[in-house]
Amino acid sequence: MEKIITVNKLTKKFKKFTALNEISFDVEKGEIFGFLGPNGAGKSTTIRILTTLLTPTAGSATVAGFDIIKEPDEVRKHIGLVAEKIILYDHLTAMENLEFFGGLNHLSGQEVRNRCERWLKRLGMAEWLDSQVGTFSTGMKQRINIARALLTEPAILFLDEPTLGLDPQTTYMIRTFIEELNKQGTTIILTTHDMIEAEALSNRVAIIDHGKITAVGTVEELKKTVKNKKNPTLEDVFLTVTGFEVRDGAGKVQPQSNGGHGHGPMGGGSKGRIR
Amino acid sequence: MQTILDTFKIAKKDLIEFSRDRVRLITFIIMPIFMMVMTGFIFPSQSSIKDIKIGIANADSGNGQKLADVLTNVEITKGSHAFIIQKYNNGDEIKEAIKKQKINGGVVIPADFSEALSGSRQAQVTIVQDQSNPQVSAIVTQSLTGIIQSYGQGIEEQKVAAILVSKSPVSRRDEGLIKSIINPIQVTMTGLFPGETNYFEFVAPGIMAMVVMTAVLTGLAASVSREKEQGTLDGILISPITRLSIVLGKALSQSVRGLAQGAVVMLLAIFLFGVTINGSILLVALILLLGIFSFVGLGILVSASATEQETATQLLFMFQFPMLFLSGAFFPIQQMPAVMQTISHLIPLTYGIEALRKVIILGGGISSVSNDLLILTGFGAVTLAIAVPTFKKMITR
Repeated sequence: MEKIITVNKLTKKFKKFTALNEISFDVEKGEIFGFLGPNGAGKSTTIRILTTLLTPTAGSATVAGFDIIKEPDEVRKHIGLVAEKIILYDHLTAMENLEFFGGLNHLSGQEVRNRCERWLKRLGMAEWLDSQVGTFSTGMKQRINIARALLTEPAILFLDEPTLGLDPQTTYMIRTFIEELNKQGTTIILTTHDMIEAEALSNRVAIIDHGKITAVGTVEELKKTVKNKKNPTLEDVFLTVTGFEVRDGAGKVQPQSNGGHGHGPMGGGSKGRIR
Repeated sequence: MQTILDTFKIAKKDLIEFSRDRVRLITFIIMPIFMMVMTGFIFPSQSSIKDIKIGIANADSGNGQKLADVLTNVEITKGSHAFIIQKYNNGDEIKEAIKKQKINGGVVIPADFSEALSGSRQAQVTIVQDQSNPQVSAIVTQSLTGIIQSYGQGIEEQKVAAILVSKSPVSRRDEGLIKSIINPIQVTMTGLFPGETNYFEFVAPGIMAMVVMTAVLTGLAASVSREKEQGTLDGILISPITRLSIVLGKALSQSVRGLAQGAVVMLLAIFLFGVTINGSILLVALILLLGIFSFVGLGILVSASATEQETATQLLFMFQFPMLFLSGAFFPIQQMPAVMQTISHLIPLTYGIEALRKVIILGGGISSVSNDLLILTGFGAVTLAIAVPTFKKMITR
């Protein structure tokens, strides 16, 4: 398979804090690559570096064949980003937002409309184009936000927790939309805390913790690494690799000993598909 | 070309976004009105003067030179002079120097000064007032008049003594002689234009410059840090446009806002407080534009270094608060302590205000403000040259 992203010993330090410590991994063209990790593990930092929003302290990376440090403008032409925060202006209408960001990508208003039409119909937002974004619910904003990220018809789409805080219906819509996009050839890098989502969508997964990649592989490959449990889920893999320590200073959560898939950290009902 | 188009796209979006935020819009309108009304009715108390630059055009080598020497040597305290004297050839040169704000007043002593004093006529001395600065002008005029009259008292005593010695009676028809005995030196006042200025006319250009220039500083920093905080800046940064376009687009939208606010202040000054613009309005607009330019770099530096809007506001307060007092917007720089005067000349706002006063009050042309415009341009160019690469670096650090 062709590698569309290569990351080689990427390091990022914020003063004395090392956010990323020589991480290396590749993303293959056309796959959905789940990039998982606890809070503060370095997921968003990695995404920000790969999307040219941050400069690494050391190491190198290529995105769509272009060096992120030497050719940031070329990288930007091939990527779309749905970041943690919604990239839309509340006081502009949905269409004005799309035209503005399309304009920055040197697309005319007509091109923006043509490109958006199919995405917005699919996402159920075609009738809301002339309303100010500030009047939208979070789910509506996120759907416009995704359309914005797709304006340039990017080869690679970075999705940083795209379903965070959304209702199940919108979450379902977005997940199926991600799958559709991927089938049409878009490579997707997905970060999420939702293990069901990650397991359902990802072809391959990387787990990052304390700024280091601790596991990379297909979901099935990673499941085989969990030795002490029958039918492990991706959540079991995640907890085995990253441990039970809560990262916001709350201490350690004890694993349940029933071995089942309850609603505790070991379970979470993560068996089965989302649909 | 693409950079220019991108610049307009950023500016247009910013202005639409701004016009739809009611709170910001209300603050934008109320702030200058509040400041104008407040300051329009407040008059600062007068204080003493020191090292005030005065021009003397003396055409008389006798008593005229003695009077000039007296004015040169007036001491407030031991070794501390009231005036710094600069010599000119005539009244017109003094007026021109006032227009360029090289001096804050002048004294014209005519060639027949000594002759008039020794004869039976009143000698004439003209004080040329700086109408752009009524507080300083009032104190300067009062001091100069006092010193000149006091010099005349000595002459008066000599004349009375001479009459007593001659024992010749003074005729009722010798009105000139009587006047020359009672008041040997007649002091007349003149200015660059007829009439007097009030404190508000002094303060109006200051407010105009301050509102416009600081609005750009705060607006630019707030705009960038708000986008940073909300995450929308990422959407711009991820687009294949130059960082210069982003910076210039932001600066352009703030400049439009600044000029609109400047127009509000100017209209209020003219229609509500009767301020007359003696110079060119186009020149006023040019000064304001260069004033805005001088602050763009500083605004970008603040916005690049602040991660949140709140931080940017606090940082800006550090700049704005001293500027309010040191730029000469409300209080004449000449009345400040020497150290403060030096600091005030490091602030671009000072030059913006000075230039506006020259044009609005004194009717000065481009030649009288060329130095100020050069300083504003220089300050803007240097800070921008530092700010753009800093912005690039800090935004992705």
